[in-house]
Amino acid sequence: MPAGLFHENYRSDERIFQTWFVKAWLIAFLIACALFPLVASKYMVSILTEAGIAIIACHGLNVLTGFTGQISLGHAAFLGVGAYTCTILIGQAGVPFIVALPLSGVMAALVGMIFGIPSLRLRGLYLAIATIAAQFIIEFVIRRWDSLTGGVEGLFVDPGSIGPIQFDNHINLYYLTLVLAVAATFAVKNIVRARSGRAFVAIRDRYLAAEVIGVHVFKYRLMSFAVSSFFAGIAGALMAQYLQVITHESFTIHQSIDYLAMCIIGGLGHILGGIYGVGFWFILERFLEVATTSLNTAFPDHVTWFVSIREIVFGCVIVLFLIFEPDGLAARWRTIRAYWKLWPFSY
Amino acid sequence: MNEFQFFMQFLMSGLSMGSIYALVALGFVLIYKATSILNLAQGEFLMVGAYFCLSLTLDFGLGFVASFLLTMVFSVILGLAVERLVLRPLIGEPIISVIMVTLGLTYIMRGLVIMIWGNDIRQFNIFPDQPIDFWGVKLTYLYLYSMGISFALLIFFAIFFKHARTGVFMRAVADHQTAAQSMGISVKGVFAMSWCIAAVVSSIGGILVGNIAGVGVDLSYIGLKVLPAVILGGLDSILGAIIGGLIVGVLEFLSAGYLDPYIPAINEVFPFIVLVLVLMIKPYGLFGTEEIERV
Repeated sequence: MPAGLFHENYRSDERIFQTWFVKAWLIAFLIACALFPLVASKYMVSILTEAGIAIIACHGLNVLTGFTGQISLGHAAFLGVGAYTCTILIGQAGVPFIVALPLSGVMAALVGMIFGIPSLRLRGLYLAIATIAAQFIIEFVIRRWDSLTGGVEGLFVDPGSIGPIQFDNHINLYYLTLVLAVAATFAVKNIVRARSGRAFVAIRDRYLAAEVIGVHVFKYRLMSFAVSSFFAGIAGALMAQYLQVITHESFTIHQSIDYLAMCIIGGLGHILGGIYGVGFWFILERFLEVATTSLNTAFPDHVTWFVSIREIVFGCVIVLFLIFEPDGLAARWRTIRAYWKLWPFSY
Repeated sequence: MNEFQFFMQFLMSGLSMGSIYALVALGFVLIYKATSILNLAQGEFLMVGAYFCLSLTLDFGLGFVASFLLTMVFSVILGLAVERLVLRPLIGEPIISVIMVTLGLTYIMRGLVIMIWGNDIRQFNIFPDQPIDFWGVKLTYLYLYSMGISFALLIFFAIFFKHARTGVFMRAVADHQTAAQSMGISVKGVFAMSWCIAAVVSSIGGILVGNIAGVGVDLSYIGLKVLPAVILGGLDSILGAIIGGLIVGVLEFLSAGYLDPYIPAINEVFPFIVLVLVLMIKPYGLFGTEEIERV
């Protein structure tokens, strides 16, 4: 038995599953996910559905921000584009869900590319500001284009269906989200492993050097915007199915900040970062919900104090992570694993 | 009201709102120039300042001037605390960490404000309501005072940066940190100073806007609304911030006056449309330093 993991060629180094052990764990995890609705309550299933949608959205953001280094503060707006496209296509144009779902991704990708055009000349801070503008402009269009989007009142979402399966209950939607989240994870992994991914990373690390060695910087930046918004669009379409009524309030800048925070907590530029981040975020959210409810019953005179606990705690989590754990949970997990691998002979 | 008066009405209202934007944008640019940090929590500084002043005036019954001055002291402390506790550990970290940490701050500050002062919009009701008539152009005292205070402060800071010792230090650090340090200027002191000034000017802006529109959590959006102003003027130019702020204020009101019949409420988003256009055509703004890269 080898004492460690030694790659003898690039092929094995680039492999998705480095060892059979990882593969076995992953299969076990997926089976557990698939069997989950049989044992869990309806509430837990719907929470996990929400988490799955967030994972798809975070994978998209991770491609853009983590791998290409373009900060986006407008990710939720692209989810909004996807959600409204899907809902309008199903409800008003009568397009079947199986067609509307990819189309909402494509639509979001197109809109994303329009707002990615400034990246031809902008970097860093300026691009972050451009994405804030995208957020506000898209939100404005959703809020004010009454005839198409229903304005501030929003839209009722007709449940989609693929063949005989209707997505009007949370169990079916859970399985759809699970399948798509797994597909999204593998898609991101493969995008990052391939030529495009290497180009993204090169642009992130030193875009001038990337340009010099022949990477078409603008093309790949735009591509990264498109990929990221495509994931956002798919996540948005699922979000619409999940929420059943969509308004502009589900896609504000706060959601954009939340997604970015999840990615940072999980670890930008790690495939599993999005999953860790979403996991941490949702567990903390549930925990806070329980804590606030019990605090409210314990101190009924001070209910106002606990209203904003969620915001304060999440703010503190973001700040503390950035100060003490800037590479996120994925990096921490790696160090822990490396430590235990050699324990107790760490030298 | 004739065509010209209609125009002047929106122009003057826009200028007074713009002067407040200019004030907030000044704080923004100061921090960016000195520390290369894009402070997205600027709007929350503004909101906290407005709430603090409002609470002193209404809940504790202090005079407006007294509570105004106390708010300034509070803002100085707040600015110092934020710089020391949150931003200093992040010196040298990538841009995204620094942007994100200011966003984290927005959560904390908004949460604390809601925790302490609740969620309702409250009014100051200090300045008289009836407008003054300038040849048919009607302006309330509030707008006049805001314009007066903002312009006075902008002139004060112009002189401060030109002639005061600390002002020159700040410009030196903005220009070249290492060189400034080797001349004996305390870079850390300058960082702290810029956060103080930014917190103070934004809370003044907050109090002024709070008088006009009422004090609520939504005040913090002003912090994002000055982004177009800052970009238009150039991220690292103080003069640009002032001119950009005025232009954005005027554009906001003129679009409300002239485009509203075609696209309702366009003024909410018009500055951001301008922002995207400026970024596409002239990304470094009117007065910003262009980054030229050679290989």
